[in-house]
Amino acid sequence: MSDPVSALGGATFDGFASVREMGPAGMISLRVTPDAKGFADAFGALGLAVPEMRRIALGQGVAAAWMSPDEYLLVLDYAATGDAMAALDRALAGSHYLAVVVSDARAMFRVEGPRADQVLRKLAPVDIDRMAPLEVKRTRTAQVAAAFWHHDGGYTVVCFRSVAGYVMGLLSHSAMVGSEL
Amino acid sequence: MSTRLKSGGRLLDRSSALEFSFNGKRMRGYTGDTLAAALLANDQMLVGRSFKYHRPRGIVASGAEEPNALVNLGKGARLEPNQRTTTTELFDGLDCTSQNHFPSLEFDVGVVNNYAARMLPGGFYYKTFIHPRAAWKHLFEPIIRKSAGLGRAPKDRDADRYEQAYGFCDVLVAGGGIAGLQATLVAAQAGLRVWLVEQTAHWGGRAPVDGDVIDGKPAADWVEATIGALSAMDNVTLRLRTMAAGVHDHGYLLLDEKVADHTPGDGRPRHRLWRMRVARTINATGAIERPLSFAGNDIPGVMLASAVRDYIVNWAVSPGDRTVVVTNNDDAYRTAIALKEAGLEVAAVLDARMVADGPLPTRARALGIRVETGKGIAKVKGGKRVTGIEMCNQAGEGAASTHIACDAVAMSGGWSPVVHLWSHCGGKLTWDEAGAFFRPDATRPPTGADGQAMVHAVGAANGALRDVMADTVAGMKIVVQALGSKMKTAKAVAHDVPDEAPMEPVWIMPQGAGIALKSKMWLDYQNDVKVSDVQLAAREGYESVEHTKRYTTLGMATDQGKLSNINGLAVLADSLNTPIPMVGTTTFRPPYTPVPLGALAGEARGEIFQPLRKTPMHGWHQAHNAYFEPVGLWRRPYCFPRAGETHSQAVHREVLNTRAKLGLLDASTLGKIIVKGPDAGRFLDMLYTGVMSSLPIGKCRYGLMCNEQGFLSDDGVVARIDEETWLCHTTSGGADRIHGWMEDWLQCEWWDWQVYTANVTEQYAQVAIVGPNARALLEKLGGMDVSAATLPFMQWADGTLGGFPVRAYRISFSGELSYEIAVPASHGAAFWQACVTAGAELGAMPYGTEALHIMRAEKGFIMIGDETDGTIIPQDLGLDWAISKKKADFLGKRGQERDFLANPERWKLVGFETLDGSVVPDGAYILASGSNANGQRNVQGRVTSTYHSPTLGRGIAMGLIHKGPARMGEVVEFNTVTGGTVKAKIVDAVFFDKEGEKQNV
Repeated sequence: MSDPVSALGGATFDGFASVREMGPAGMISLRVTPDAKGFADAFGALGLAVPEMRRIALGQGVAAAWMSPDEYLLVLDYAATGDAMAALDRALAGSHYLAVVVSDARAMFRVEGPRADQVLRKLAPVDIDRMAPLEVKRTRTAQVAAAFWHHDGGYTVVCFRSVAGYVMGLLSHSAMVGSEL
Repeated sequence: MSTRLKSGGRLLDRSSALEFSFNGKRMRGYTGDTLAAALLANDQMLVGRSFKYHRPRGIVASGAEEPNALVNLGKGARLEPNQRTTTTELFDGLDCTSQNHFPSLEFDVGVVNNYAARMLPGGFYYKTFIHPRAAWKHLFEPIIRKSAGLGRAPKDRDADRYEQAYGFCDVLVAGGGIAGLQATLVAAQAGLRVWLVEQTAHWGGRAPVDGDVIDGKPAADWVEATIGALSAMDNVTLRLRTMAAGVHDHGYLLLDEKVADHTPGDGRPRHRLWRMRVARTINATGAIERPLSFAGNDIPGVMLASAVRDYIVNWAVSPGDRTVVVTNNDDAYRTAIALKEAGLEVAAVLDARMVADGPLPTRARALGIRVETGKGIAKVKGGKRVTGIEMCNQAGEGAASTHIACDAVAMSGGWSPVVHLWSHCGGKLTWDEAGAFFRPDATRPPTGADGQAMVHAVGAANGALRDVMADTVAGMKIVVQALGSKMKTAKAVAHDVPDEAPMEPVWIMPQGAGIALKSKMWLDYQNDVKVSDVQLAAREGYESVEHTKRYTTLGMATDQGKLSNINGLAVLADSLNTPIPMVGTTTFRPPYTPVPLGALAGEARGEIFQPLRKTPMHGWHQAHNAYFEPVGLWRRPYCFPRAGETHSQAVHREVLNTRAKLGLLDASTLGKIIVKGPDAGRFLDMLYTGVMSSLPIGKCRYGLMCNEQGFLSDDGVVARIDEETWLCHTTSGGADRIHGWMEDWLQCEWWDWQVYTANVTEQYAQVAIVGPNARALLEKLGGMDVSAATLPFMQWADGTLGGFPVRAYRISFSGELSYEIAVPASHGAAFWQACVTAGAELGAMPYGTEALHIMRAEKGFIMIGDETDGTIIPQDLGLDWAISKKKADFLGKRGQERDFLANPERWKLVGFETLDGSVVPDGAYILASGSNANGQRNVQGRVTSTYHSPTLGRGIAMGLIHKGPARMGEVVEFNTVTGGTVKAKIVDAVFFDKEGEKQNV
């Protein structure tokens, strides 16, 4: 079998901030409500705390983002989704939930540099100054849906795979030298 | 003549000289100049021609209110018409041309309109639109189009780039004058997050020009100190060259930042549009001086008094050697004093008031300036520049007059607060008798979602022309408290300005002027509207100010009546014998000054004009000469032309090859939605017309979805994955819509059903492997049993093929032996390549959407969007077999039972075979006998899909016709665009392999 190939094959752009497509990453969309039996165990099985509303919980090589009152996004290694799915199924067996691998349906970008926030200020209607640490914004970048959060001195941006080229174009245009806010 | 003074100019950097050109004439200016200042410094007083009469026009103002001095700025890909010279910063190499002249600025044939003014009275457009009708189209419009109009529209692609950005704050202060600075300081000290924006390149507004003393210091010093203090605060954002264009509901503001207008080509975005969310907006936009209406008030050299002193103080430009100041207030004496102090001659100050003895007039007299009270201007002499004026009594008719030679006139009719931002969202105005202006009525502000004021006006914009600081601090106290913060200090900074005697409203000068003078008194310079025009409108019965505006075009030019508004409605009120507040104002609408379309488009141009969705195989398609077509936001290959092939030849080849050997289709765009839960079966039974709950695990079933009205909305194959899980395929364009449709029902109607959905469309690349050799290809790839026995038609199985993890669906949209193979998208390109490589010896060729469409039409399969258009129910298409009779309910069931839809007279789907083998034109109607009430031919049906079938070698079509299936064998006629008809026989819609033998092997 071939190696997984992300939408843009790790494209990069260097402007007043750097933009990098992150390559294949594992993602699981988990739909479940907190009152489901095994809810906390499901996160615990992955070494994660349950993320609070609009926050992302970070673990060892795995993270869980709160997306809505009944939806979470797990981000982990591309190859680790199989084990994680099995762990979720074990923890939530008998409860009403939906866990589905969406690794290939997404593209992830890193925007880094002291002015990385300015790139996103141009594209997303988000009050970045008021974002709490590890807050996840489920929003849009220009004309397409996107989510992003801040950690390790940069922003991670998630969008749908088919529009990865468009989002790369947006991020690059917004990071062009001379257009600092 | 206008010229540069030897010294002075607080905004100039005389060490930095710049070159520019106007109409090809080379000129020089300095860094810090506006284009208007630099033009005046080069004695260019004539800068354009008026819109209707092509009268010579010069610079009137020094800011955003300028109506005349608009130019075509730049050229080619950087041409921008209608650029206000008064707000354009000079840069080296600036190239501009005047507008609205033919053939040249100096000699213009259009000026004949001047003498034919009686042919173009107020309401000219209205009158000629109405009668005689033919005259407008053939006579007036061609002539007016030729002579009228402002700048040239750019023809080249814009060389610059633009962007947008989002901003958030508690308080946004619009206007960087002393009121705005004070307001910002108060809000910032109270701990609020504040933005201060100023449309020009300088802080301080006009206070430094007018000699205000703040906190015991010259205004300029206080401004500098305050900016220094604000810059040091984390909660303050300061932006110059940023114009607050409009206030919208919910505290949404648009700001236009001119990032690189003054440094073109330096690689920065030209403009940036800020999209702000603001708790409170502070309207600190100051006031604009009003012209006086006297005959010849549009001749180059007649300027606003405040503009004259701006040019002297800010840019060391003298508008003339000998100036007459004409006024109805004390403020204009500042101009006389400034002129005198700059060493220039003031011929006289004509004051329309009988008495002028306030501190400023007294000081003017002390400087030796001649002051004439009770006087006005009967008319201005001169053509392309002022040569003198006729002085008269303001009280008379202007007959007895005295000539005064001069080359400039500084006029002041009082001031009007700039209330645009206050008014955009419905803030009301009140008439201020003392100042003769409209000012914001604090008891009727524009309100936000909480019912509280969302905009506050302070300083001159609030009508406090002199008590600026006290008014600002009082206003900010309300704002700070409303936002739940505390004022740090409630005391206004000391602000010393000389006392001023009351102004006296003067709407016509002289008061008893006859029609000859009134016909030369300009209200709206840009649209050539005169006092006589507004009076004519009043005589003709126009009482509403909004109607009068449109009838006369007063205030409808690109300056939106910044100078003409109050004067015009005062003349109207006078003509109607109505008080001014009863006449009211026209509506203030955003933007305050024009915003470039490029800024509104922002980054959305070129490659990122709109999102373009690409499948994982998109790169392969591009490399193999695919011709793409848009499907929603996707780009899908329409066909893969080979060297020398036309598109239709390529499609022809792709169809025949697929039918004979093997075709590969990128079906990744197909919608895929997972539906899971204890109630998932019940849910799908409600969504689909058929039964999905009974579908066995491992099997597939075709289903139809209707909306509540019963109209067909989407179709696709559903696969049962496990006890609680189904996978629903939708059309390519329908994936997001159907997912939203599902969530809508689950969240809003059946919120207690235990069902989750997930749109996994993009998780999988899907390849349709189609044709007699399809199974051979899969077996060659190897890894799972795809035999007819193990994987029969309408079943699916998980496994591996060629080492790829796949889900194989045995489904067919072509009538051939066919598999659709889903692989994770990250392996999609590799799997496609593996199929192409392994398929080579089996005759594999990729095919596009057109071949897909033809093959499905040959089989009589419907296509959402072709056979359906939102008015079609499944029964119309003969799909009764896919509608459950047993189910108690499903979405659309009751809709379909309504009389009109259950009617046997409906047009129904059949196939058509043309008698001569030709192709029925797309969109053709089937003719019936007779005509309808409109004299149009009656019709009895229409074509829905029509193709040349390469398989059958002739034209085939599907269409809807009255009682279709009951009329098999009948010959009907389709109309054509070119005239004539095409005869076709009604046949079954399945043209090829009616028994379905080819797919069942």
